[in-house]
Amino acid sequence: MNLLRRNRSLAITIAALLVLFAIFIAIHPRGFSVYVLTIWFNQGTLLGLAAIAQFFVVLVRGVDLSVGPIVALTNVAASYLLIGSPGGIALGIVAVLVLGAICGLANGVAVVYGRVPPIVTTLASGSIFSGLALLLRPTPGGGIDENLSDALTYDIYGVPASAILLIVVLLALTISLRFSLLGLTMYAIGSSEQSASMTGVRVGRVKLAAYGMSGIFSALTGLYVSMVTLTGDPAIGPAYTLNSIAAVVLGGVALTGGVGSPLGAVAGALILKTISSLMFFSGLPPLAQPFFEGLVLAVAISLGALGVFRIRNRLELFQ
Amino acid sequence: MAEALVRLKSVSKSYGGVPALTDVDFHCEPGLVHAILGENGAGKSTLMKLLAGVIQPDAGEIALSGRTTRLASPREAAQQGIVCMFQELSLMPHLSVGDNIVISAPRTRFGFLRRAAYDDARATLNGIGATGISLSARASELSLAERQLVEIAKALFRKPRLLILDEATSALTSELVETVFGVLRELKRRGVAILFISHRMHEVDAIADRISVFRNGRHIDTFDVGTRSPKEVIGLMIGRSLEELFPPRGATPPDDAPVVLNVSDLSWNGQLHNVDLQVRQGEIVGLGGLDGQGQQHLMHAVFGVLRKVSGRIEVNGRQINGVLPSQAKRSEIGLALVPEDRKTEGLILDMSVTENLRLAALSRAPFGILGLDTETEQRIRRLIDRLSLICGSFDAPVATLSGGNQQKVVLAKWLALSPKCLLLMDPTRGIDLPTKAQLYQLLRELAREGLAVVLHSTDYEELIHLCDRVYVFYNGRTVRQLTGDELTPNALIEASMNMPLPAGIRS
Repeated sequence: MNLLRRNRSLAITIAALLVLFAIFIAIHPRGFSVYVLTIWFNQGTLLGLAAIAQFFVVLVRGVDLSVGPIVALTNVAASYLLIGSPGGIALGIVAVLVLGAICGLANGVAVVYGRVPPIVTTLASGSIFSGLALLLRPTPGGGIDENLSDALTYDIYGVPASAILLIVVLLALTISLRFSLLGLTMYAIGSSEQSASMTGVRVGRVKLAAYGMSGIFSALTGLYVSMVTLTGDPAIGPAYTLNSIAAVVLGGVALTGGVGSPLGAVAGALILKTISSLMFFSGLPPLAQPFFEGLVLAVAISLGALGVFRIRNRLELFQ
Repeated sequence: MAEALVRLKSVSKSYGGVPALTDVDFHCEPGLVHAILGENGAGKSTLMKLLAGVIQPDAGEIALSGRTTRLASPREAAQQGIVCMFQELSLMPHLSVGDNIVISAPRTRFGFLRRAAYDDARATLNGIGATGISLSARASELSLAERQLVEIAKALFRKPRLLILDEATSALTSELVETVFGVLRELKRRGVAILFISHRMHEVDAIADRISVFRNGRHIDTFDVGTRSPKEVIGLMIGRSLEELFPPRGATPPDDAPVVLNVSDLSWNGQLHNVDLQVRQGEIVGLGGLDGQGQQHLMHAVFGVLRKVSGRIEVNGRQINGVLPSQAKRSEIGLALVPEDRKTEGLILDMSVTENLRLAALSRAPFGILGLDTETEQRIRRLIDRLSLICGSFDAPVATLSGGNQQKVVLAKWLALSPKCLLLMDPTRGIDLPTKAQLYQLLRELAREGLAVVLHSTDYEELIHLCDRVYVFYNGRTVRQLTGDELTPNALIEASMNMPLPAGIRS
């Protein structure tokens, strides 16, 4: 009971997700099938991984506008590297992850040692990453090893491979964030950077690690985009940035830092994806969909600001 | 004599040209409780921050066990065995009590925290009598006293060689203070050096072996406990007698003087409960008690900073519930509030002295864009003279002024509006003594001219010697009202703790 009370917002998020999923299945023309479930999980995994990337930066009181650009850059890199011999592909995957980590760490260095506000840093670096992606591949193209793609985007004995992937990632992250010193320190810094510093925590290094983790998860997103689309596309970035922020907010991750979990972020991402699928099946004219998607995002992000109405001391509005 | 654990050699530190510590020599020894006494702004907290590695000295050096050391961060200081429990709390609000304690001295295997550390954290809490605090409770859910206990446990958990306690026990009941002192005596026996900062003389007498007095950033004297009388100690702290510092009180305003500020049954957000308070014309009314018991909230409620305040607030018989600060300062209401932190709330540091002086009165100028009327301008001029405001140039940023002169600017900017009731939040914090004496004199004069003054102070001497009447706050309530001869240090402390002191500690 106590556990439920402490995780009330997470419980509400997951309940909302289940309700939306039930509606989605009910109105889906093909009903419940392994195929529908697999497509749903593949879509959800794309945004879910990006939401985890955003989660790490938001956890330490930042916001990452370069999530989308890193996704695009790593997707383009994968379209060159993930083809050929199995050994070459494995090396390619490692190279793409390293590329993502470098992008994230570059953001972290500017924020931690350069004292540049995260929003400015990632706006600028995001532009650089998008530019690099365009230079590497001005138009969509390239190829991905199809066997690998099939293995990761179909089902295994009726269970979507992407669902297994997502659950493994979430389990590993949840355990390591909850029980490792690094994880605890990230929450401590997000909760109060000053107190954490007074406590003798290595604030700089741990923040850097959070940005690095964010870069790695953006790269994982880019890799999974490659698995789903089988090409490299430099223009896929923008949607991931805004959607990942909306997903973490929906998932109960506080934009003020120190609160939230990867599970919440992924649940938020699945909710967003389900809503946009619902719109697809609801017979809205396709041209009206971006408008309603934007509306949902705006509402989702506004939810995070609802706390303003509970503030009883006007001075807190200025903090 | 045992070798000094920590020795400061001619250490100086200043902030933006304002000296906080000047040429300080100081040392402390293992197995000794060393009390540091001094007024607000005497340099105590600067000394602590130097030792804890939060700031570095401008000149001079710090030696640990005879070796000169640079303490570049709180982390490095902790590695040298120096652990500080700061007055401004260092708990992470969203983390559990257990995590807060364990993270200060983590033990890991393959990067994962060992569960045994949590058992030790439990044992440390139990040792200081905090058996009722659950390890899984969030820090933000704790009361002020509980947070203080967790802070102490956190400091002890790191097994310090030098433990610095800065007002560590200010919110604790006397039973808990005794339990904590028991632990400190045990540490002392094991050879830990303890620096103890407290405003409460009876606590210093109960635990300290040696006392060092600081004043205006200088180390004035060090002596063993019991070799000086309390009066001598206070004399050392303020550098003059109390009679010189405070102006004579004069006649108390008559009972039929009109009530300017009348607060009745005021409650807010579970942090203020049914507060009743009256301030008459010409009266200086103090708000006492421990820090953060609702005094600040009351001032904010009256000035219209808080939302959803219940009860009744009247100024000169006119109900003003629900007004905004911009309305409260209008001449028909006539409130002025000097906020707690002059650097962030009282002044705009980058703007010039003149601009800051005009800021509050701007709304009285037509459309707020045309110049102020000559009457207001003249009033500001007269206030500058009256306050003997010293600054290089009125066009220089107000940040270049000393703390005392900055506070004068804040006061002048509000007095320029000719308020009827002046709310002051700890106006003399961090201000040098001559300026303090000037401010006391001015407040007394203003009261004599008919201003109603409400003064929140953490300084007992101010409440006792300046105020006509003191409301003591505890837990968001006014628990006692002290007037005239009832205003004694002991009565204030008793009322602040909301209980009589046990006979043993009573002096």
